Amino acid sequence: MACFLVPTAEAVVTTIITKVVQAKEKKAGIEKAEGLEKVEFSTEGKHGTPFSKKLKWLNSMLWGGSVLLAFEHLWHGEITPFFPFLTAAANPEDAAEMLHEMATSGVAMAVLVTVVWGGIVIVSNVIEKRAASAGEEAEVRS
Amino acid sequence: MTLLITILAAVVATVIWYSSEKARELRVINLVFMFWGASLMWLVDAVVEFIEIRAEYFQPAAADMLNDAFLGFSVIALALVIWVVTVLIKDPKHIFAKKG
Repeated sequence: MACFLVPTAEAVVTTIITKVVQAKEKKAGIEKAEGLEKVEFSTEGKHGTPFSKKLKWLNSMLWGGSVLLAFEHLWHGEITPFFPFLTAAANPEDAAEMLHEMATSGVAMAVLVTVVWGGIVIVSNVIEKRAASAGEEAEVRS
Repeated sequence: MTLLITILAAVVATVIWYSSEKARELRVINLVFMFWGASLMWLVDAVVEFIEIRAEYFQPAAADMLNDAFLGFSVIALALVIWVVTVLIKDPKHIFAKKG
């Protein structure tokens, strides 16, 4: 009905967060380059991928998934090009059902995507740490 | 059926991204995340539907299956169009920059 609106709302929030994080990373990078080194906000990550880039992974999953789901809703005639845009919002009974679906399926979708992203971030951190420690060991040997 | 087709597309896109330098350059990663995001969301839909109708979920009518398959391929086409437009806008190989 309109379950995709919940991940879409999350995507809006995470996109804003990404912009803020990116700006802080840029500022921290400039301070570091100028030798000010007062980096409270560690971004670049000791071992590589900046956090803003990892946030972009989440944004891509949320935006991409939401767009494709919106297309599915359009396909099934649940979205219309005119007000109120959602057929279920036309009468109170359907609207209640739609809100229930958003609160259950929609929230579950947003949570699942975020949890999977969290897993990807943890795995990538482990891989980066391993690569860094392998590099350090190789340096010590030589 | 839509979920199955999207998961297959996600797996294929992931393998292409992993194995090809050119694919990484052309930002196939966007396609990978798009397909996995949609697959996860449709997985939730499928689980909810399964809880509601149980075994009946695995015995869809032929017409429904056909419509879902058609939808699945249309979803792939839409994702590919979005990806191509993104690539053309970002121009990672600087094709337009060279001409300009």
